[in-house]
Parts: sequence; structure tokens; C-alpha cells
Amino acid sequence: MYYAVTIATLVTMALALVRALRGPTIYDRLLAANMFGTKTVLLLSVVAFLYGRPDFLDLALVYALINFIGVIAVLEFIRVREDDSDGKKTTGDKAS
Amino acid sequence: MTAAIDILSWLMLTAGGVFVFIGGLGALRMPNLYTRMHAASLTDTMAAVLILGGIMLQAGLTLATIKLAAILLFLLLTSPTASNALASAAILSGLQPDEGPIGKREQGE
Repeated sequence: MYYAVTIATLVTMALALVRALRGPTIYDRLLAANMFGTKTVLLLSVVAFLYGRPDFLDLALVYALINFIGVIAVLEFIRVREDDSDGKKTTGDKAS
Repeated sequence: MTAAIDILSWLMLTAGGVFVFIGGLGALRMPNLYTRMHAASLTDTMAAVLILGGIMLQAGLTLATIKLAAILLFLLLTSPTASNALASAAILSGLQPDEGPIGKREQGE
């Protein structure tokens, strides 16, 4: 049963990689990267019980935190870069 | 009792695998960023709850269950936050949805 979930997670990670490579906008790529990270956490949790090594759960816990911080950091980087690139593409003006 | 817990955890693991695959397929084949985000957040919440819950039932009352609960709590806290930040950044950068209230309002004016 663990094998089925592992295979499904691996297939979904491959699909997320395809979306990350094909994504038209940078947000598609970032969405795929976020999804890939979440699937990595699930895969680590399942593999920990598939191999009978619960130590992997610590890796999954750390990966969940680092993935979130990474996505937020990349989003902030994109926003700062678009603010700096030219005056017309400032992101804050369209909201206000 | 043990057999019932086993069957329940197998059902949850199978449903979680199915949800993961459906979400990955949707993230690849949906036409729009926001619909793709819908499919991806399906795998972030529903599939994570089902898979981690199924593993928790298999683990029993051990330290692994507490770690799994912490992972599930972090996932449920951070994944909607990341999705919200991503969607608001995409909207602010001028990427409008094709259909729906915002797109129709833009076309109507």
C-alpha cells in the first residue's frame, strides 16, 4: 500500500516538474516548485514507513519549514525585482 | 479492531494517492494559473490530510505520530499562506483571470 502512494507521489512530482518547465509565467513555475516541495514532504513521510525508518520524519519536518520560507523569499525577490526594473511595472500601484 | 484500523488507514492512503494524482494532473492540464493553483492546493490540503492521517493510523501512539501531527500542522498552516501570497502577487503583477467576476468586470468597463 505504501508503494502505491509512493508511486502516485513520484508521478505527481514529475507532472509538477513538467509544469515548472513549461509554465508560461514565473508564477506557474513558482506554483509548481511549491507543489514539488509539498509532495517531497509527503514522499519523505511515506518512505519513512515504507523502509521502516522513522528518522526520515525529521527530514520531512525540516523540509516543510524550508519549503515555505523558500517560496515566500522567492515571491519577495520577484516583487522587489519588478519594482526595480522599470517604473511602469510597479506592482503596488495597481492595487491602490 | 486492528483489522478495522488497518482497513481504514489503507482506504485513507489509497484516497490520498488518488487525490495526489488528480491534483498533479490538474496542475499540468488546467488552462489558467488560478485554476492550476486550485488543483495544486487540493493536493496540499486534502491529500496531505489523507496520507498523513493514514500513516498516523498505522504508526499508533508513538513518537512518530507526534512528528506526523507536527508535519500536518505545519503543512496546513503554511500551504494556504503560500497559495494566498502567490495569488496576490500574480494579481498585483497584472495577471488577470480569463473568466469570472474580475475578468468580466474588466471587459465590461
